[in-house]
Amino acid sequence: MSFFARFAQNRGALIGLIILVTIILMAISAPLFYPESPWRMVQRPFLPPLEVDGFPLGTDTMGRNVAAGLMHGAWVSLLIGLVSTLVALMIGVPLGAVAGYYGGLIDDALMRFTEFFQTIPNFALAIVLVAIMQPSVTSIVVAIALVSWPPVARLVRAEFMSLRHREYVEAARLVGQSNRTIILRQILPNTLSPIIVLASLMVATAILLESSLSFLGLGDPNVMSWGYMIGAARTVIRQAWWLSFFPGLAILLTVLALNLVGEGLDDALNPKLSRERS
Amino acid sequence: MNETSSSPLLSLRNLTIALPKGADRAYAVEDVSYDVKRGEILCVVGESGSGKSMAANAIMGLLPKGVRPVGGEALFDGQDLLTLTEKQHRQLRGLRIGMIFQEPMTALNPLMRVGAQISEVFEAHGMLSGRERQEKALALLIEVGIPQPEKAIRAYPFQLSGGQRQRVMIAMALALEPELLIADEPTTALDVTTQAQILELTLDLQRRRGMAVMFITHDFGVVAEIANRVCVMRHGKIVELGDARPVLDNPQHDYTRALIEAIPSDVIPEARGAETDTPLLEVDSLNKVFRSRGGLFKPAREVHALRDVSFSLVKGETIGIVGESGSGKSTLGRCVVRLEHPDSGTMKLSGTDFMNLKGEALRRERHRVQMIFQDPYASLNPRHRVGYAIAQGPLANGVPRAKAMAQADALLELVGLGGTADRFPHEFSGGQRQRIGIARALALEPELIVADEAVSALDVSIQAQILELLEELKQKLSLSLLFITHDLRVAAQICDRIIVMQHGRIVEQGPARDVFLAPREAYTRQLLEAIPGRPEALETA
Amino acid sequence: MLYARLIVMRLLKAVVVLFLIVIFNFFLIHMAPGDPAAVLAGEAGATDEQFLRQLREQFGLDQPIYVQLWRYVSGIAMLDFGYSYRQQMPVFDLIMARMPATLLLTGTAFVLSLALGILAGSLAAARAKKPSGSLIMALALLFYATPLFWVALMAVVLFSVYLDWLPAYGMYTVGAGYTGLALALDVGKHLILPATTLALFFMAIYTRMTRTSMLEASQQDYVKTARAKGLSPRIIQRRHILRNALLPIITLAGLQAGQMVGGAILTETVFAWPGIGRLMYEALMQRDYNLLLGIFFFSAALVIVFNILTDLVYRLADPRIKEAS
Repeated sequence: MSFFARFAQNRGALIGLIILVTIILMAISAPLFYPESPWRMVQRPFLPPLEVDGFPLGTDTMGRNVAAGLMHGAWVSLLIGLVSTLVALMIGVPLGAVAGYYGGLIDDALMRFTEFFQTIPNFALAIVLVAIMQPSVTSIVVAIALVSWPPVARLVRAEFMSLRHREYVEAARLVGQSNRTIILRQILPNTLSPIIVLASLMVATAILLESSLSFLGLGDPNVMSWGYMIGAARTVIRQAWWLSFFPGLAILLTVLALNLVGEGLDDALNPKLSRERS
Repeated sequence: MNETSSSPLLSLRNLTIALPKGADRAYAVEDVSYDVKRGEILCVVGESGSGKSMAANAIMGLLPKGVRPVGGEALFDGQDLLTLTEKQHRQLRGLRIGMIFQEPMTALNPLMRVGAQISEVFEAHGMLSGRERQEKALALLIEVGIPQPEKAIRAYPFQLSGGQRQRVMIAMALALEPELLIADEPTTALDVTTQAQILELTLDLQRRRGMAVMFITHDFGVVAEIANRVCVMRHGKIVELGDARPVLDNPQHDYTRALIEAIPSDVIPEARGAETDTPLLEVDSLNKVFRSRGGLFKPAREVHALRDVSFSLVKGETIGIVGESGSGKSTLGRCVVRLEHPDSGTMKLSGTDFMNLKGEALRRERHRVQMIFQDPYASLNPRHRVGYAIAQGPLANGVPRAKAMAQADALLELVGLGGTADRFPHEFSGGQRQRIGIARALALEPELIVADEAVSALDVSIQAQILELLEELKQKLSLSLLFITHDLRVAAQICDRIIVMQHGRIVEQGPARDVFLAPREAYTRQLLEAIPGRPEALETA
Repeated sequence: MLYARLIVMRLLKAVVVLFLIVIFNFFLIHMAPGDPAAVLAGEAGATDEQFLRQLREQFGLDQPIYVQLWRYVSGIAMLDFGYSYRQQMPVFDLIMARMPATLLLTGTAFVLSLALGILAGSLAAARAKKPSGSLIMALALLFYATPLFWVALMAVVLFSVYLDWLPAYGMYTVGAGYTGLALALDVGKHLILPATTLALFFMAIYTRMTRTSMLEASQQDYVKTARAKGLSPRIIQRRHILRNALLPIITLAGLQAGQMVGGAILTETVFAWPGIGRLMYEALMQRDYNLLLGIFFFSAALVIVFNILTDLVYRLADPRIKEAS
């Protein structure tokens, strides 16, 4: 069975994929639907949803179009989620590979390092980093990446540690392949599956982190993100609950979709003979 | 032996068990009929995939998901087990039918004390009080011959050895004195000497209690050792059924004959003279200690894998290194190919130092010694095509790609797998993968090949084929072979000289014939006596 | 027993980690844009020249960096975490005053999430192929994907504004003057929404983990052995499957400690729960970086204590782990 066929067997994953694609389309087409900046105040504030044409989700405390904010915000969330995950991978994969393959001091150092990160509350660290570096898209990406790389390193290390004793790796050493070649061509291709699955889940976590930071007011002030929209509407929640509701729903759907896709990838890349699916 | 009563205790009639869709055949067992009489031992013999265990599972009502009986009956004392409800099965399990499994490592709950697990059997059938259960558990442990039973009863499984765990399993199975004991390959995962002990225990208990035993195994030696009757299975069907002695002496079916013959018999071929007298490999006083790093509160542990090991191998010779697990034989092999580095000693290849070479010098000489690995399912990178896997050695040593690939094709041809260079490992069977492993080892044109348990993971019939192939290649390419194995019979079959190792030391070494037929050391004799079925079939050429 | 040794070792490790955090904090202060004195003083304090001068002297900000580091570290060792100008209190006292509230919240949420999560997971495992099992897992996934702060807000809207069943803000009813049992009940009532909201995410995690763990345990050989003995399914489930399945969950719970403390920050902010999480939010608003770093330190300390506890529990549960045989 091909990869796509296996993926499609998981209905949840298909649903997740559809939702994800919709959101990506939403992000890309935002300038089409709402070419003006979502920061512009365009109507009277506190407009409820579906009252005025062109404002299907109403307006916020400053009279800004909620739907516009939602669509532009999609772009922000996805971008930050993706980039910070990539950076975390770029840190974590090489470190984990080297530690897992060579062992010894390098491995010890890495283990201490990841243990250290494990004991620190991630979110608090992210807050501190962004606060001190001053909130901006860059500082948020850096903070999220710094907080997210330890699990990647741990996974890659575990994989490398178990694979480096595999007989085909020893055979490669026997015939004189260099360490670098062994790492890149023998072991790494066999660790790609779990890394890919982890990466999809990391993007979800990154989006949650970013929105939480924005909610607390640590988002980039020039960027309208979903978290910010929820945070800004907090004080008026009694009068205008929908201002908090829709952005939150968007976050929920995106994270859910990513999780479903991640599970689908897991099923497709690691077919097990006796699978108990929920 | 106890008298057998006339009506069989267990009677399988035309039993057919279906496998779920997508399995490699429709039925696990098809139209299978055999009896187990009271007080007798029936051995069900077959290779992996023969379906020998499935009937046992069906009898106990422990078939895996998706596998179900679709025809025939399984009569136990007149009752058809296939029609019982789960509750009715539970009443029989442990009480009238006991079962022991193959993997003592994982068959016991790691979080419960051994004594508690034995007491559970009584609890399951509502018998005896708490204190009485403990007493009976202790008595059982004594009966199965576990050392220090008062301590063992409070031990956790991880604190016991494989053999001891299997004794616990037997104690649990026999606690309620069942009429039938089903043993599903209980000795396969154990050392040869431990295996012998467990077989003896089984015989002893069977005699004392007059139980019927259904003993499932792949080893015909076990049949020779303990069976009254034997049933041979293949691909889910019965191939031969009858009393043990006649079947062993005069097998009717070709397959049975092939199985019996494939066991390395005690026919030892004439020792071939070595080609020259110049030694190819000289190993002197090799020592290796493995240390696990201690922590702040954990003592560092030391394992002396090799103690003062010395031997030499002449060009064209095949030397067998034989020992049980922990003997150091694998470490020795790995030191020879430079996958491990010995702590002290010397190693010379054709007179020049091989042990201390590093970097470029090592690279240049390395190709002379290559290895064939044990596990056909782990020795090939699942993501590389087999042609590439074989060509990797030459490629890493500067051979241009086209030439290396052509070489790989030729090698595959040589091992009987011509034209398959483009396929992936999962498209081959275990035996075929081992052939690819051999081809890979030959790619760098070595002089010495170290075979580390190269046939141990294969079925007996495939083993014979691979050994034949090795012999053929040896002649054709004038190779020398260092053959590491735990099976003395296999070693005697193809080796000129045998080295016996125990606890890192060489215990005995000499021509295969001498070691096998006239061993000098007590340990060697112990190993030989432990081989199941040996006293029965002793022949010399 | 050997546990004493174990605790000592863990505590030593903890001290090292905390020390590293202190150093980390120190460098953060100096990496922030602007004058370190202004950073330490916070937005409010930076306007007070005298306060700034005090700080410069106390921390030796004109001295070489290692002197500064020494002053900073030795200060912390004596529990001097600085002074919050805005709140007009030493940071240490401020944090200690709020700590009990956070402990109450996270403790309750932890127990709740673990208990309900394991229960739900066991049910889902027992009904693996049935629709009820799938429903539980679908709900678990939903709660896992939901942003904590959003669900908190929605809970406020639903239960407090709309239905008016539960109070939305604070830890107790201000001005009511309750004492004793009445106070406990009042706090309890205020605790329900925040604790449940915080627990939701982790409940989902434990549900999913428990289900996987139990299904895996039920495939093990020792379960087949147990069945071959004729044991009833109930006993097998409890003694053989559950006991073994719980081990990875204990480990997981330890790993989640950090997340839970982070989640408390959001929960306390939304529900105005007077713990150190809310204090962190206030520090952010006031740009009081010194206070912020102090809270960071203590949240890490909290996680460490928690990890030690779960580690001990794990060792009690699994006889295979021993420091020295």
